[in-house]
Amino acid sequence: MSKALLYDATLCIGCKQCEGACAAQNKLPYDDTVAAEQVQSAHKYTVVLSKNDKFMRRLCMHCEEPACASVCPVGALHKTKEGPVVYDVWKCIGCRYCMVSCAFGQPKYEWGSLNPRVRKCIMCPDRVLAGKPTACAEICPTGATKFGERDELISEAKDRLRQNPSNYVPRIYGLKEVGGTSVFILAAANVEDYGYPASAKIGETPMPEYTGKVMDRIPDFVPVWTLVLGGIYWVTHRRDEVALAEAQEKAAPPEGKRNGQ
Amino acid sequence: MKFKLTLWKMIFVVIMVAGLYSSFVRFFRGLGAATNMTDQFPWGLWIGFDLLCGVMLAAGGFCMVGAVYLFNVQRLHAVVRPAVLTAFLGYLLFIVGLLFDLGRPWFIWHQLIYRNLHSVMFEVGICVMTYTTVLFFEFLPNVFERLNWKQPIKWINKIYPLLIVGGILLSTLHQSSLGSLYLIMPSKLHPFWYSPALPFFFFASAVAVGLAMTIFESTQSAKAFGRQLELPVLVTLGGALLVALWVNALLRFEDFLHRGLLPQILKPSYEAYFLWLELALTFVIPIAMLSFKKVRISPQLLYLASISTLLGFITNRLNIAVIGFETYVGHHYVPKWTEFCVTLMIIAAGFALFGLAVKYLPIFPAEESHPMAETKVIAATPVLVHAGD
Repeated sequence: MSKALLYDATLCIGCKQCEGACAAQNKLPYDDTVAAEQVQSAHKYTVVLSKNDKFMRRLCMHCEEPACASVCPVGALHKTKEGPVVYDVWKCIGCRYCMVSCAFGQPKYEWGSLNPRVRKCIMCPDRVLAGKPTACAEICPTGATKFGERDELISEAKDRLRQNPSNYVPRIYGLKEVGGTSVFILAAANVEDYGYPASAKIGETPMPEYTGKVMDRIPDFVPVWTLVLGGIYWVTHRRDEVALAEAQEKAAPPEGKRNGQ
Repeated sequence: MKFKLTLWKMIFVVIMVAGLYSSFVRFFRGLGAATNMTDQFPWGLWIGFDLLCGVMLAAGGFCMVGAVYLFNVQRLHAVVRPAVLTAFLGYLLFIVGLLFDLGRPWFIWHQLIYRNLHSVMFEVGICVMTYTTVLFFEFLPNVFERLNWKQPIKWINKIYPLLIVGGILLSTLHQSSLGSLYLIMPSKLHPFWYSPALPFFFFASAVAVGLAMTIFESTQSAKAFGRQLELPVLVTLGGALLVALWVNALLRFEDFLHRGLLPQILKPSYEAYFLWLELALTFVIPIAMLSFKKVRISPQLLYLASISTLLGFITNRLNIAVIGFETYVGHHYVPKWTEFCVTLMIIAAGFALFGLAVKYLPIFPAEESHPMAETKVIAATPVLVHAGD
């Protein structure tokens, strides 16, 4: 079954322990300077943003149909059946199409490195496979970040909205956006205020469909276009051959024939 | 004359030195030190110009091969060789440019083994690789003729129909696919440039640019190498360019109309200024010019119209790659000087290699005094052989 994360911003106290646990899990540096950074980067996969005493986490959404995985020419990114969207660095050629294509702007790059890697939250795939929650969910003291079965988390999010409607903006961000993700966000404020793309803007169409519509036609297009081009070539050159043969006949009538025989 | 030569050589040396220094920064200090690209702007000048414009400007190769060998427009025969040479050099240099831009260029061959068939980038990569090989074979007869090897020319002639059809097929695919690259970013790319019809625009504009580039390069080579311009050739190309520009303009207009963008386009805004610049250079100026017969029969004015077209479509590609993302990102991207130097170095290398090829290989027909004889030979065999040789 597919796993997911539910982040409830109303429960978040901004302690940033998830940031620290994430850094430790992924062997990234973490100190007060990094903790103060309010942006995600190649060394900070997740960030707790604060605005008007309200908090908001950002991390990879682990889309059900990820744009990054569909655009990667070498398939270095893929969606696992357990939920995480993971990255095989040894395949990567560094084209950065994943970064450009991601609607949530999640993949980051090691710009200073001579052998740079794409960096993003990979939802602790080793822990998930071992049946454990992600590092961030495990350490969260208030349960603001909760790990679990995707279906169960969706019903739980719906329950919370139903039981305390006054606490929340009435929507589960991530449920339908770009065809659904594996990270769901409940909040009292608009997630757009914290840099998330507006739902209306990114739509509910899975991103790979935009290019898929074109790519799917290529297997049909190639033979048809080859035939058309080949046909044109044949017609124009056949016309020339005929014209040449006629011209030769006219220019050199009987003697030419005799010489040829 | 002599002074002019040394001046150009000096400029060439300066560009090369600056370019080599920038290459050093790129490969020994990293992309971050050599470019102004960031996590918000992961694609910069090298994708916008070297990749998008580079491939577009090399479109003359498949356009001229198509016109002469597919549609049998024999008048244009004289420009096929320089067009194929430009395309071949263009693709080679574009691959060099790609090696600068890729974070891990030493793994570029991974495309061949870890294939992701859903990726537009994969398709572009494979097409470009294959098409460069096709161009190499289309270019080879130049070398064989120079060495006076008769047998290999015959071999190439045998597979020439394949090269022609294959080359045009591959060009159709990857020229349009460069537009498809951006289809997955509807929420990021500004609506002026994001359109479901991007693949069609990219292909249609590649044809127009192919024609304009051939006019440009014929005139330019005539000046540089003191050759006589073939006016009938230029007139044919100019007429075709006018048609191609109208087709492009109508496609764009139809798209703007269909998506209800016309009022937004007329309102001044940061994006609108760049769109106006693009539309003026691609459509308004060259179409207005080429509509006059006086322009279509004047090499000088044709040359100007082709330059306007080229600059226009270069603006179009840069708008798509850079300007169209600035509102989404929220800040401007201006390439670092080292990025410019690498691009300039690649362009300069292209000019130098073109010059060398023209000097040592039979790129331009030696004597054009027997056009009829030539036409006959070509008509009989689809061969890259000149009657005069």
